Amino acid sequence: MTHAAPAQPLPAEWRDFFALTKPRVMSLVIFTGLCGLLAAPERIHPVLGFTAILCIALGAGGAAALNQWWEADLDAGMRRTKNRPLPAGRMDKTSARDFGVGLSATSVLVMGLAIGWLAAVILAVSIVYYSVIYTIWLKPRTPQNIVIGGGAGAFPPLIGWVAATGHITLMPVVLFAIIFMWTPPHFWALALFVQSDYAKVGIPMMPVVAGEASTRKQILIYAVFLLPLTLVPWWIGGTGRVYGISAAVLSTIFLALSARVALRRRTGEDDPMKPEKQLFAWSVLYLFALFGALVADRWTVMQG
Amino acid sequence: MTDLQTPESPDLRARRQKVIRQRNVAMALVLAFFVVLFFAITIVKMKM
Repeated sequence: MTHAAPAQPLPAEWRDFFALTKPRVMSLVIFTGLCGLLAAPERIHPVLGFTAILCIALGAGGAAALNQWWEADLDAGMRRTKNRPLPAGRMDKTSARDFGVGLSATSVLVMGLAIGWLAAVILAVSIVYYSVIYTIWLKPRTPQNIVIGGGAGAFPPLIGWVAATGHITLMPVVLFAIIFMWTPPHFWALALFVQSDYAKVGIPMMPVVAGEASTRKQILIYAVFLLPLTLVPWWIGGTGRVYGISAAVLSTIFLALSARVALRRRTGEDDPMKPEKQLFAWSVLYLFALFGALVADRWTVMQG
Repeated sequence: MTDLQTPESPDLRARRQKVIRQRNVAMALVLAFFVVLFFAITIVKMKM
Protein backbone atom coordinates (compact mmCIF):
# COMPACT_ATOMS: atom_id res chain seq x y z
CA MET A 1 0.00 0.00 0.00
CA THR A 2 1.41 3.37 -0.94
CA HIS A 3 0.65 6.93 0.22
CA ALA A 4 1.36 10.03 -1.78
CA ALA A 5 3.39 12.42 0.40
CA PRO A 6 3.08 16.10 -0.40
CA ALA A 7 5.88 17.66 -2.40
CA GLN A 8 8.66 19.23 -0.32
CA PRO A 9 8.12 22.94 0.40
CA LEU A 10 10.42 25.42 -1.29
CA PRO A 11 13.55 26.30 0.71
CA ALA A 12 13.59 29.78 2.25
CA GLU A 13 14.97 32.51 0.02
CA TRP A 14 17.97 34.63 1.08
CA ARG A 15 15.58 37.60 1.31
CA ASP A 16 13.67 35.79 4.06
CA PHE A 17 16.86 35.26 6.04
CA PHE A 18 17.61 38.95 5.62
CA ALA A 19 14.06 39.85 6.75
CA LEU A 20 14.61 37.68 9.83
CA THR A 21 17.27 40.13 11.02
CA LYS A 22 14.67 42.98 11.27
CA PRO A 23 16.62 45.36 8.99
CA ARG A 24 14.62 48.45 10.00
CA VAL A 25 15.32 47.95 13.70
CA MET A 26 18.92 47.14 12.81
CA SER A 27 19.36 50.52 11.12
CA LEU A 28 18.73 52.25 14.47
CA VAL A 29 21.07 49.81 16.24
CA ILE A 30 23.81 50.45 13.66
CA PHE A 31 23.31 54.20 13.93
CA THR A 32 23.49 54.36 17.74
CA GLY A 33 26.44 51.93 17.78
CA LEU A 34 28.25 54.05 15.20
CA CYS A 35 27.53 57.21 17.20
CA GLY A 36 28.93 55.59 20.35
CA LEU A 37 32.05 54.67 18.40
CA LEU A 38 32.46 58.11 16.79
CA ALA A 39 31.68 60.04 19.98
CA ALA A 40 34.36 58.18 21.95
CA PRO A 41 37.45 60.25 22.81
CA GLU A 42 39.84 57.73 21.23
CA ARG A 43 40.16 57.03 17.53
CA ILE A 44 39.84 53.59 16.03
CA HIS A 45 41.23 52.42 12.67
CA PRO A 46 38.44 52.61 10.04
CA VAL A 47 38.72 48.89 9.21
CA LEU A 48 38.39 47.96 12.88
CA GLY A 49 35.60 50.50 13.36
CA PHE A 50 33.74 48.99 10.40
CA THR A 51 34.28 45.51 11.85
CA ALA A 52 32.94 46.59 15.24
CA ILE A 53 29.77 48.05 13.69
CA LEU A 54 29.38 44.96 11.50
CA CYS A 55 29.58 42.76 14.62
CA ILE A 56 26.99 44.92 16.42
CA ALA A 57 24.71 44.59 13.37
CA LEU A 58 25.26 40.81 13.10
CA GLY A 59 24.59 40.41 16.82
CA ALA A 60 21.38 42.44 16.56
CA GLY A 61 20.35 40.40 13.51
CA GLY A 62 21.05 37.13 15.30
CA ALA A 63 19.05 38.22 18.35
CA ALA A 64 16.17 39.32 16.08
CA ALA A 65 16.19 35.93 14.33
CA LEU A 66 16.07 34.13 17.70
CA ASN A 67 13.24 36.44 18.79
CA GLN A 68 11.20 35.51 15.70
CA TRP A 69 12.01 31.82 16.09
CA TRP A 70 10.61 31.87 19.64
CA GLU A 71 7.60 34.08 18.82
CA ALA A 72 6.57 32.51 15.49
CA ASP A 73 3.17 31.41 16.84
CA LEU A 74 2.47 34.82 18.41
CA ASP A 75 3.54 36.63 15.24
CA ALA A 76 1.00 34.62 13.26
CA GLY A 77 -1.79 36.15 15.35
CA MET A 78 -0.84 39.80 14.80
CA ARG A 79 -1.58 41.88 11.70
CA ARG A 80 1.76 43.68 11.92
CA THR A 81 3.84 40.48 12.03
CA LYS A 82 1.83 37.76 10.29
CA ASN A 83 3.76 38.20 7.02
CA ARG A 84 7.15 37.57 8.59
CA PRO A 85 8.98 34.53 7.09
CA LEU A 86 8.07 32.06 9.86
CA PRO A 87 4.34 32.76 10.39
CA ALA A 88 3.87 33.11 6.62
CA GLY A 89 5.30 29.59 6.20
CA ARG A 90 8.21 30.64 3.99
CA MET A 91 10.80 29.23 6.42
CA ASP A 92 10.99 26.38 8.93
CA LYS A 93 11.71 27.12 12.58
CA THR A 94 14.93 25.09 12.73
CA SER A 95 16.50 27.17 9.95
CA ALA A 96 15.56 30.39 11.77
CA ARG A 97 17.01 29.13 15.07
CA ASP A 98 20.25 27.92 13.47
CA PHE A 99 20.59 31.17 11.55
CA GLY A 100 20.11 33.19 14.75
CA VAL A 101 22.60 31.13 16.75
CA GLY A 102 25.12 31.22 13.89
CA LEU A 103 24.91 35.00 13.44
CA SER A 104 25.14 35.62 17.19
CA ALA A 105 28.14 33.33 17.70
CA THR A 106 29.94 34.77 14.64
CA SER A 107 29.40 38.35 15.81
CA VAL A 108 30.79 37.69 19.30
CA LEU A 109 33.74 35.66 18.02
CA VAL A 110 34.79 38.22 15.39
CA MET A 111 34.32 41.09 17.86
CA GLY A 112 36.52 39.31 20.41
CA LEU A 113 39.27 38.39 17.96
CA ALA A 114 39.38 41.63 15.96
CA ILE A 115 38.35 44.34 18.45
CA GLY A 116 38.55 43.18 22.05
CA TRP A 117 36.99 40.75 24.47
CA LEU A 118 35.34 43.40 26.68
CA ALA A 119 33.28 44.62 23.70
CA ALA A 120 32.61 40.98 22.75
CA VAL A 121 31.37 40.12 26.26
CA ILE A 122 29.02 43.14 26.30
CA LEU A 123 27.77 42.15 22.83
CA ALA A 124 27.13 38.59 24.06
CA VAL A 125 25.29 39.93 27.12
CA SER A 126 23.12 42.14 24.89
CA ILE A 127 22.19 39.18 22.66
CA VAL A 128 21.27 36.99 25.65
CA TYR A 129 19.47 39.94 27.24
CA TYR A 130 17.24 40.41 24.15
CA SER A 131 16.67 36.81 23.06
CA VAL A 132 16.39 35.16 26.49
CA ILE A 133 15.67 37.71 29.24
CA TYR A 134 13.33 39.88 27.14
CA THR A 135 11.83 37.51 24.55
CA ILE A 136 11.53 34.27 26.49
CA TRP A 137 11.27 35.43 30.10
CA LEU A 138 9.85 38.96 30.48
CA LYS A 139 7.71 39.67 27.43
CA PRO A 140 5.05 37.01 28.08
CA ARG A 141 5.04 37.55 31.88
CA THR A 142 5.02 41.20 32.88
CA PRO A 143 3.73 44.53 31.55
CA GLN A 144 7.13 45.93 32.62
CA ASN A 145 8.68 43.83 29.82
CA ILE A 146 9.52 46.89 27.74
CA VAL A 147 11.08 48.77 30.65
CA ILE A 148 13.61 46.07 31.49
CA GLY A 149 13.85 44.68 27.95
CA GLY A 150 14.66 48.17 26.71
CA GLY A 151 18.13 47.56 28.08
CA ALA A 152 18.81 45.29 25.10
CA GLY A 153 18.43 48.17 22.67
CA ALA A 154 20.54 50.40 24.88
CA PHE A 155 23.71 48.35 24.46
CA PRO A 156 24.90 49.43 20.93
CA PRO A 157 26.37 52.86 21.87
CA LEU A 158 28.03 51.27 24.89
CA ILE A 159 29.56 48.55 22.69
CA GLY A 160 30.63 51.12 20.08
CA TRP A 161 32.30 53.25 22.76
CA VAL A 162 34.07 50.27 24.37
CA ALA A 163 35.20 49.05 20.91
CA ALA A 164 36.95 52.41 20.39
CA THR A 165 38.39 52.92 23.88
CA GLY A 166 38.69 49.42 25.35
CA HIS A 167 37.15 50.45 28.67
CA ILE A 168 33.89 51.63 30.28
CA THR A 169 33.50 55.18 31.61
CA LEU A 170 30.52 57.25 32.81
CA MET A 171 29.70 58.65 29.34
CA PRO A 172 28.79 55.35 27.62
CA VAL A 173 26.80 54.34 30.70
CA VAL A 174 24.81 57.60 30.40
CA LEU A 175 24.22 56.87 26.68
CA PHE A 176 22.97 53.42 27.72
CA ALA A 177 20.65 55.05 30.29
CA ILE A 178 19.26 57.51 27.72
CA ILE A 179 18.10 54.72 25.37
CA PHE A 180 16.90 52.72 28.38
CA MET A 181 14.70 55.65 29.45
CA TRP A 182 13.60 56.42 25.86
CA THR A 183 12.36 52.89 25.10
CA PRO A 184 9.16 52.77 27.25
CA PRO A 185 7.51 55.95 25.85
CA HIS A 186 8.64 54.96 22.33
CA PHE A 187 7.20 51.46 22.54
CA TRP A 188 4.09 52.30 24.57
CA ALA A 189 3.13 54.96 22.01
CA LEU A 190 3.18 52.14 19.44
CA ALA A 191 1.38 49.76 21.81
CA LEU A 192 -1.44 52.31 22.26
CA PHE A 193 -2.41 52.17 18.61
CA VAL A 194 -1.73 48.44 18.00
CA GLN A 195 -2.95 47.26 21.41
CA SER A 196 -5.78 45.14 20.04
CA ASP A 197 -3.16 42.94 18.34
CA TYR A 198 -1.19 42.43 21.55
CA ALA A 199 -4.36 41.64 23.49
CA LYS A 200 -5.34 39.04 20.89
CA VAL A 201 -2.15 36.99 21.38
CA GLY A 202 -2.04 37.47 25.18
CA ILE A 203 1.10 39.61 25.44
CA PRO A 204 0.78 41.66 28.66
CA MET A 205 1.62 45.04 27.18
CA MET A 206 1.03 47.99 29.47
CA PRO A 207 -2.14 49.29 27.70
CA VAL A 208 -3.63 45.76 27.82
CA VAL A 209 -2.89 45.10 31.51
CA ALA A 210 -2.86 48.50 33.24
CA GLY A 211 -5.16 50.30 30.84
CA GLU A 212 -4.70 53.26 28.54
CA ALA A 213 -4.89 55.97 31.20
CA SER A 214 -2.06 54.44 33.24
CA THR A 215 0.06 53.91 30.11
CA ARG A 216 -0.39 57.53 29.03
CA LYS A 217 0.65 58.71 32.51
CA GLN A 218 3.75 56.50 32.50
CA ILE A 219 4.75 57.75 29.03
CA LEU A 220 4.81 61.26 30.49
CA ILE A 221 6.77 60.17 33.59
CA TYR A 222 9.52 58.59 31.45
CA ALA A 223 9.62 61.66 29.17
CA VAL A 224 10.01 63.93 32.23
CA PHE A 225 12.99 61.87 33.46
CA LEU A 226 14.45 61.61 29.95
CA LEU A 227 14.88 65.38 29.52
CA PRO A 228 17.41 65.97 32.34
CA LEU A 229 19.07 62.63 31.62
CA THR A 230 19.89 63.67 28.05
CA LEU A 231 21.58 66.79 29.45
CA VAL A 232 23.88 64.80 31.76
CA PRO A 233 26.60 64.32 29.07
CA TRP A 234 26.79 68.13 28.82
CA TRP A 235 26.75 68.67 32.60
CA ILE A 236 29.57 66.21 33.24
CA GLY A 237 31.66 67.84 30.51
CA GLY A 238 31.50 64.88 28.14
CA THR A 239 30.08 67.04 25.35
CA GLY A 240 29.89 70.69 24.33
CA ARG A 241 27.15 73.21 23.60
CA VAL A 242 26.14 71.72 20.23
CA TYR A 243 24.95 68.56 21.94
CA GLY A 244 23.60 70.35 25.04
CA ILE A 245 21.36 72.76 23.11
CA SER A 246 20.22 70.04 20.66
CA ALA A 247 19.36 67.69 23.53
CA ALA A 248 17.41 70.42 25.35
CA VAL A 249 15.36 71.32 22.26
CA LEU A 250 14.75 67.73 21.07
CA SER A 251 13.84 66.47 24.55
CA THR A 252 11.50 69.41 25.19
CA ILE A 253 9.58 68.57 21.99
CA PHE A 254 9.54 64.90 23.06
CA LEU A 255 8.14 65.96 26.44
CA ALA A 256 5.50 68.20 24.83
CA LEU A 257 4.31 65.40 22.51
CA SER A 258 4.27 62.97 25.46
CA ALA A 259 2.22 65.45 27.53
CA ARG A 260 -0.29 65.73 24.68
CA VAL A 261 -0.64 61.93 24.64
CA ALA A 262 -0.86 61.80 28.44
CA LEU A 263 -3.61 64.42 28.66
CA ARG A 264 -5.95 63.01 26.02
CA ARG A 265 -8.35 60.06 25.98
CA ARG A 266 -9.44 57.88 23.08
CA THR A 267 -12.52 59.45 21.50
CA GLY A 268 -13.96 56.16 20.29
CA GLU A 269 -13.21 52.95 18.43
CA ASP A 270 -12.54 54.86 15.20
CA ASP A 271 -10.11 57.31 16.87
CA PRO A 272 -7.22 57.75 14.39
CA MET A 273 -4.78 58.06 17.37
CA LYS A 274 -2.86 60.81 15.59
CA PRO A 275 -1.02 62.20 18.67
CA GLU A 276 0.16 58.69 19.60
CA LYS A 277 1.37 58.04 16.05
CA GLN A 278 3.11 61.42 16.00
CA LEU A 279 4.84 60.66 19.30
CA PHE A 280 6.02 57.28 17.96
CA ALA A 281 7.32 58.86 14.72
CA TRP A 282 9.04 61.66 16.67
CA SER A 283 10.60 59.19 19.10
CA VAL A 284 12.41 57.47 16.21
CA LEU A 285 13.51 60.77 14.67
CA TYR A 286 14.47 62.02 18.15
CA LEU A 287 16.96 59.24 18.80
CA PHE A 288 18.58 59.68 15.37
CA ALA A 289 18.83 63.45 15.93
CA LEU A 290 20.10 63.19 19.53
CA PHE A 291 22.90 60.77 18.68
CA GLY A 292 23.63 62.69 15.49
CA ALA A 293 24.10 65.80 17.65
CA LEU A 294 26.47 63.83 19.89
CA VAL A 295 28.72 63.03 16.92
CA ALA A 296 28.43 66.55 15.47
CA ASP A 297 29.46 67.92 18.87
CA ARG A 298 32.54 65.67 19.00
CA TRP A 299 33.41 66.74 15.46
CA THR A 300 33.17 70.46 16.32
CA VAL A 301 35.30 69.92 19.45
CA MET A 302 37.94 68.17 17.33
CA GLN A 303 37.87 70.94 14.70
CA GLY A 304 38.03 73.77 17.23
CA MET B 1 3.48 0.60 3.34
CA THR B 2 5.56 3.22 1.56
CA ASP B 3 5.24 6.94 0.98
CA LEU B 4 5.72 8.12 -2.54
CA GLN B 5 6.78 11.69 -3.12
CA THR B 6 4.27 13.57 -5.23
CA PRO B 7 6.04 14.25 -8.51
CA GLU B 8 7.21 17.84 -8.63
CA SER B 9 5.91 19.96 -11.48
CA PRO B 10 8.58 21.37 -13.85
CA ASP B 11 7.58 24.85 -12.74
CA LEU B 12 8.08 24.06 -9.04
CA ARG B 13 11.39 22.33 -9.78
CA ALA B 14 12.60 25.38 -11.69
CA ARG B 15 11.59 27.65 -8.80
CA ARG B 16 13.35 25.39 -6.29
CA GLN B 17 16.55 25.43 -8.36
CA LYS B 18 16.36 29.20 -8.69
CA VAL B 19 15.98 29.68 -4.91
CA ILE B 20 18.88 27.31 -4.20
CA ARG B 21 21.07 29.03 -6.81
CA GLN B 22 20.33 32.45 -5.30
CA ARG B 23 21.12 31.17 -1.82
CA ASN B 24 24.42 29.70 -3.05
CA VAL B 25 25.39 33.01 -4.68
CA ALA B 26 24.46 34.93 -1.50
CA MET B 27 26.50 32.54 0.66
CA ALA B 28 29.50 32.79 -1.69
CA LEU B 29 29.37 36.59 -1.57
CA VAL B 30 29.17 36.59 2.24
CA LEU B 31 32.12 34.20 2.54
CA ALA B 32 34.17 36.21 0.03
CA PHE B 33 33.39 39.37 1.97
CA PHE B 34 34.61 37.78 5.21
CA VAL B 35 37.82 36.58 3.52
CA VAL B 36 38.57 40.15 2.40
CA LEU B 37 37.59 41.54 5.84
CA PHE B 38 39.83 39.09 7.72
CA PHE B 39 42.66 39.89 5.33
CA ALA B 40 42.20 43.63 5.99
CA ILE B 41 41.97 43.12 9.77
CA THR B 42 45.20 41.10 9.72
CA ILE B 43 47.06 43.83 7.83
CA VAL B 44 45.76 46.53 10.21
CA LYS B 45 46.71 44.47 13.29
CA MET B 46 50.20 43.80 11.90
CA LYS B 47 50.78 47.55 11.48
CA MET B 48 49.62 48.42 15.01
